[in-house]
Amino acid sequence: MSRTLMLILGIFLTIASSVTGLIIIPNWQFQALKPVIKPDGQQYPAPYVGEAAIGRGVYIDQGCIYCHTQQVRMKGYGADIRRGWGTRRSVPRDYLYDRPHQLGTMRTGPDLASIATRQPSADWHALHLYNPQITSSGSVMPRFDYLFTEVKESSRVTFDAVKLPAAAVHDGVTHIVPTDRGRALIAFLKRLNQSFPFPEANQ
Amino acid sequence: MHAQTTTAVLPSPRPEIESRIEIDRSSRSVIIYYWTTSLFWLTMATLAGLISSIKLHSPEFLGGIEWLTFGRIRPVHWDTAIYGFGGLAASGTLLWLQARLCQVRLPYPTLLRVGCVIFNFGVLIGAIGILMGHSTGVEALEFPIWAMPFLVIPYVFIVIANFTMYAKKKTNHTYVSQWYLMAVTVWFPILVLTAEACTNFGAVDGVSQAIANWWYGHNVVGLFATPTGIAAAYYLIPKVIGKPIHSYHLSLLGFWSNAIFYNWAGTHHLTGGPLPAWTITLGIVGSMMMFIPVITIGINHHMTMLGSFHHLKTSPTLRFAVMGSMVYTLASFQGSLEALRSHQEITHFTHYTIGHVHFGMYGFFAPLMFAMMYYAMPRLMNQEWSSARLIRIHFWCTLVGMLVYTLAMCFAGVRQGMMMNDPSIPFLNIVRFTIPFLAMRTLGGLILLTGTIAFLINFIRIITPHRVTYDSPTLFTSDRDWDDVLEREKELAGTRLVDGGQTA
Repeated sequence: MSRTLMLILGIFLTIASSVTGLIIIPNWQFQALKPVIKPDGQQYPAPYVGEAAIGRGVYIDQGCIYCHTQQVRMKGYGADIRRGWGTRRSVPRDYLYDRPHQLGTMRTGPDLASIATRQPSADWHALHLYNPQITSSGSVMPRFDYLFTEVKESSRVTFDAVKLPAAAVHDGVTHIVPTDRGRALIAFLKRLNQSFPFPEANQ
Repeated sequence: MHAQTTTAVLPSPRPEIESRIEIDRSSRSVIIYYWTTSLFWLTMATLAGLISSIKLHSPEFLGGIEWLTFGRIRPVHWDTAIYGFGGLAASGTLLWLQARLCQVRLPYPTLLRVGCVIFNFGVLIGAIGILMGHSTGVEALEFPIWAMPFLVIPYVFIVIANFTMYAKKKTNHTYVSQWYLMAVTVWFPILVLTAEACTNFGAVDGVSQAIANWWYGHNVVGLFATPTGIAAAYYLIPKVIGKPIHSYHLSLLGFWSNAIFYNWAGTHHLTGGPLPAWTITLGIVGSMMMFIPVITIGINHHMTMLGSFHHLKTSPTLRFAVMGSMVYTLASFQGSLEALRSHQEITHFTHYTIGHVHFGMYGFFAPLMFAMMYYAMPRLMNQEWSSARLIRIHFWCTLVGMLVYTLAMCFAGVRQGMMMNDPSIPFLNIVRFTIPFLAMRTLGGLILLTGTIAFLINFIRIITPHRVTYDSPTLFTSDRDWDDVLEREKELAGTRLVDGGQTA
């Protein structure tokens, strides 16, 4: 019986050691991390609120993470910075408000850590999400046309409608209007920006 | 006195065989529940994987349907494969092996059957939840939190049954497979509960969550699927060829080094990520140290096989078991090397990782689960596999499909990684480069699906009562086939009808 107890105890200790070493201790180290308050009173990073928070939920439920990362590797390791995916490497402080984290492990598509700086246009995002072939021919990204309302009569176009390029007009659909979820997703993408120069990113 | 001696000499079946038959009778109804449903989920997971795979080279396939979008069907594939197939197949294996090795009857059969139904319900609503957009967004733990109790509670039943059997065991020694099985039931609940607490219940935030996530994602394979697979190999290889395991001392070293090092390896999934370098270095060291258990276990399995390879010609169980143990060695070597920073600079974020995961899961874990079923089902059901041809189809489809898949993904992944590290190559050119390999993966998936269906037919056949009985096992060399069986069943059915007519 004591041998059985030793076996169980040993098995338990192996996993307890890695919980301590990999989760508890690093998390304790991260407790000291605080956001930066800029001279103009703005905070970086800031919690996701309003449309961006809803949009983060859409990003998660559509499973964007399976093809897109949100982490830039350091200069000289891979070509993340040279590809223009960021100006510096990502650091733990960039993710203070990420719950759940969306770092990702796959780049079937490009990294999105700072997509807001590369693609600041909401219209570009709308067209790209509606049908990726419009903006990125040959992409294997699925179309998220169900996040948009198709508009057929140009006379009833609202101010937030996005005009389709001539080649993409089909079945009389000339404009698209993002649904609430589509607009929220675009708002979230327009917030993904890691350009704030944290000093630790240069270490 | 005289009478007693006479009774003793009377011919009777050997007591250990009697006891095995009784143990199998006690576990029969439970194991069938676990294994049958595990194969249902294997089929579902393979279909979901196939849809994901097709979508990645032909995005218009089932395009514009929200609940089937790539980002939803892809996690359904992983979760049904690991929890539906892996969880149920491994649990059935654990219960059957532990009852046999402890030489005790399987306790709480009703509780375990109810547990199986609850577990299946959990996987079902979890998968539907993801399709409806309720994924948690945590890789490997996508099931909505309201589906998790349906997975955790039945697993508690399995833990209880496992400990009860071990406490009541009639043998004096503990066989190496039993160490692994005991370890699985300690590790798996701790893994799931810790990871859920850290991620979906938000005990930690930001990058700590990423560590907890990949600590889990790596360990659910390493501390759940792998030990069960190794336990099966340790049981089946000596059993089929009738030789003891090569070295007891090596198995001891293999077990403890595996237990100590594997669970540190997970952070290599975040190499180059926004984490302190030491956390990732720990993961890489853990991965490198894994060479010790992998080489030890490899020597033990392969040295036991040495001189008995001719049995591979006949025994389906052995062929799957040896395929599994050989791929275990290869996939583990690949995995350890993959953890190195210089390797990760290229292959991280590419299809290479996907290739490696499938090499391990479909080359090592799944074949060992199949081997367990091929070995145990005829003993549990007291009837033979109907068709040798279907077993042959299953084996070759598993081997070839897995190789096509793995080679296509690993080759494409290395090239993809090298191209991504060259900023002069436009990103869309890299996407275009991978498409033929993604199509090859679909081909590999189709071959795997064919094998699964062949196995499923044979499996459904063995759990339904046959009219035809065989007195010899179904081997690769048997010419026993589906058509012959049906033919003979028809003949027998005819005879019975005539008999019936005569008696009436």
